[in-house]
Amino acid sequence: MRTIHVTLFRLTMAAGLLLLGAMACSSSSPAVPVDPGPVALRRLTAEQLNHSVQDVLGAHITVPSRIDPDDRRSGLFAVGASFASVTPSGFEKYEAAAAAVAEQALDPSHRDELVRCQPIRMDASDDACARTFIEQVGRRLFRRSLSRAEADARVEIANQAASTLRDFYAGLELGLMSLLVSPEFLFRVELAETDPARPSTMRLTSVSMASRLSYLLWDSSPDDELLTAGENGELATDRGLTAQVERMLISPNLETGIRAIFSDLYDFKQFEDGLVRKDSALFPVYTQAMAEEAAEQTLRTIVAHVAADRDYRELFTTRETFMTRRLGVAYRLPVATAVGWEPYIFSEDSRRAGLLSHISFNALHAHPGRSSATLRGKFVREVLLCQDVPTPPADIDFSIVEETQGELRTARERLEKHVASPACSGCHTLTDPIGLALESFDAIGMFRSEENGAAIDTSGELDGVEYEDARGMGQALRDHPELGPCLVRTVFRYAVGRDPEPGEEALLGSLAERFANSGYRVTELLRAIVLSDGFRRTSGPRDAEPSGEAS
Amino acid sequence: MGLPLLDCFLNAHGNALAQGAPLPLRFGAWMWGCGVNPERWTPSSEGTDFELPIELQALDRELASGAKLRDQVSILSGFDVRLDGRPNFPHTAGLMGTLTGSLPLQDYTVPAPTLDTIIAAEIGGSTRFRSLEMSCTGNPNQSYSFESQSVFNAPEISPVALYTRVFGPEFADPNAGPFTPDPRVMLRQSVLSAVKADRDRLLQRVGTHDRQRLDQYFTSVRQLEQQLDILLAGPADLENCARAPTPGPESLGTEVGQSRSTNRLMASLLSFALACDQTRVFSMMFSDRISGLRQAGSSAQHHQLTHDEALDPAIGYQPEATEFVYASMEAWADFVEQLAAVPEGDGTLLDNCVVFGHSDVSLAKAHGITGIPMMIAGTGRGTLRPGVHVRGGTSPSTRVGLTVQQVMGLNVESWGARSMEATQPVSEILV
Repeated sequence: MRTIHVTLFRLTMAAGLLLLGAMACSSSSPAVPVDPGPVALRRLTAEQLNHSVQDVLGAHITVPSRIDPDDRRSGLFAVGASFASVTPSGFEKYEAAAAAVAEQALDPSHRDELVRCQPIRMDASDDACARTFIEQVGRRLFRRSLSRAEADARVEIANQAASTLRDFYAGLELGLMSLLVSPEFLFRVELAETDPARPSTMRLTSVSMASRLSYLLWDSSPDDELLTAGENGELATDRGLTAQVERMLISPNLETGIRAIFSDLYDFKQFEDGLVRKDSALFPVYTQAMAEEAAEQTLRTIVAHVAADRDYRELFTTRETFMTRRLGVAYRLPVATAVGWEPYIFSEDSRRAGLLSHISFNALHAHPGRSSATLRGKFVREVLLCQDVPTPPADIDFSIVEETQGELRTARERLEKHVASPACSGCHTLTDPIGLALESFDAIGMFRSEENGAAIDTSGELDGVEYEDARGMGQALRDHPELGPCLVRTVFRYAVGRDPEPGEEALLGSLAERFANSGYRVTELLRAIVLSDGFRRTSGPRDAEPSGEAS
Repeated sequence: MGLPLLDCFLNAHGNALAQGAPLPLRFGAWMWGCGVNPERWTPSSEGTDFELPIELQALDRELASGAKLRDQVSILSGFDVRLDGRPNFPHTAGLMGTLTGSLPLQDYTVPAPTLDTIIAAEIGGSTRFRSLEMSCTGNPNQSYSFESQSVFNAPEISPVALYTRVFGPEFADPNAGPFTPDPRVMLRQSVLSAVKADRDRLLQRVGTHDRQRLDQYFTSVRQLEQQLDILLAGPADLENCARAPTPGPESLGTEVGQSRSTNRLMASLLSFALACDQTRVFSMMFSDRISGLRQAGSSAQHHQLTHDEALDPAIGYQPEATEFVYASMEAWADFVEQLAAVPEGDGTLLDNCVVFGHSDVSLAKAHGITGIPMMIAGTGRGTLRPGVHVRGGTSPSTRVGLTVQQVMGLNVESWGARSMEATQPVSEILV
């Protein structure tokens, strides 16, 4: 599922690299002054934990899904990760997951790939082989070489367990568990140091940069080469950093990183977690399998678009996508491929074009039994345009929106009541004209032309641009001046795990300009971010917030 | 080796172990979203012997012991959440005011620890699980147990998962013959010791923000160490402890029948867990504060109905939305009834519980936070008078939280911030 277009990706990236390398040289704009923000521990997301385990210990491993939900802040798990801690029940789950992972990693059919030595005896401890194993996987899991004391403690556990259980590999399991439940694995440790070239400022350590890069671009643990560059101090230099970044951007792992960014931004984990539920009597077509395919369709569309180095904005107008037969039922389209995915182009006269016409968005931003123009509009304003939509006032007189049986048949009629009220109109005029264009898609994103027997009017306007339907709205969004800058801001927040500081606004402006000048190429945006001082520098460790309640 | 707790081990009053250790006292919170219709929920007279109002008819049940359910539950009306000029964030202010004693300055934020975590910090240290959190809507992100904004105790959403966690292979079954400690458990303890040794190295390298987070992490490590200690000690001598039967088929979701079924399955598992003293603190979210409950085949959800549905002038309330109030009260009755079905000492498990039932608002349509509907079930090991209706007379809802903390043995004389600070417990329900 996660390996489409790899070859295409490599080729286009290689070509893009030459072109962009030339651009970077010609547009050597003076560095933008940056007053950077703090660093903090970042708890691995469930996906990152999964990827790290599979990359380091074996792709065959299934990480138990029962771990605590990630913390979402400012609309991103990547930001919540800088605040999340571990509760007692959360730690209980991590420990159980560690046991399950260690058992799979060291099962008889896989352990020889992982353990690069043979124990003298199978039924006893072997200090040297245990040490080899602990130091090797420990470095990848902790994303730095273990200290002597850290390794000694794990080797001792492995030896003790091997003796008690009379099984060398069972001993290694316990040693591996102690790495997997350590805060050094569960949290990415980002450290600051004084920059010797500018002693009044701080930068991330070269070792911290290795993790920051790999979780941004690959959503996983650094590989051996990146770690070595980090441990040799190369990632604190322009040259060393550039070399690794260019290598990473043409790696097939970049696809995993791109997916993770957009999945977080769009909150698609909800599909995987089975939280996008619909009423089965009203929507018999909708199943969990279809919901997961709907999310996958959108992510595949994005990955292919980015891999082809296309203009980010055209994601909201493109007719190119991917389809399965199951999705075809909901789209009411014939799909030739019986099993699995096929590239698909919505027809010229289709009502569908752009991501916002996908089932995923329309199902996610809807209620279990009905569509929601307000939720859809709020998503576009807040997530795609980075605009604030205020929360509803507490003292609303809801009698104005009460349903009077049979009279208000469409969402537009119901919502017009809100707009007529000054207390409601402030927000609803922001959200509803966008969402009403999507009213031709019901609560599971199936097309409809009427609601309760009344024709649906999908016309509206987005910040001065008028349209007739969802396709027109997609075009208006594509042309919106804030669409590109908003993605810059979001990816920056995702990269550094926090909201921008005031001293980073100038940098964001300059990054947005570079993004536009590159033709809105997402990979160029990533390159610009990781080479910027906003990514490489810091004000130091984050201070504790004063407790919310002064007593 | 565990032995059944025979009557000869109990003292003459049947409320304590003969050696003097009392039966455990437990606290739990049970929350439902979107309130009630206050004039249809509030009893018309105070004290005992009030007539059950229409929205509390669910309490008109006979328990297995022959007692009446209504006599086990006190009704607390007319206790308010006060804003002190802070915003009435819909469905957040009333909930946080009641559960934390403080009002948030921003929406969707938790200003202070919730009541269950305050109590768990005091009494959760001697059981296998410091606390158990559960939710009936199938969403692991929804429940109301917070130590702080960033420390959220995620709920169990699946009865099967709850069963496995408490009664799975690790459970020390008192009826399973001779107990032998599992050597693997001891090895797991040594794993945790190694992790604790990482602590100082890591703390040296981080700032104050991360120090707080790591302190929480290491508190959690210690909790698991204690859990392993308890596993190694073998089953406790508790008269009514038995492994729960595996739960029946589950169906997770927000359809109200699903939530009610999950509530019953979880209540049953919890009653076994409490009888085996696996925990003394729990929290259950029956429905979200912005209640997403719905009827199968309906396009509307509970919360939406409280705002959109027309008030029927002939009856004076919203008929479809009110169906969810009835369902919530039936679910509350199901929950309490289950705890009352387990014998313990000379009474039932419920006698050794304090269960705090509450919502986030009074009338959801208006986001009302005066007269937050609250109830207390259980007699708190003889400290509480059940079956009483108390009117709060606009005093802060935190008085109930203060009462609960005092009954649970916390040494606290006031609770809450600014005009939510309570200094007077609800004496009408105290023995």
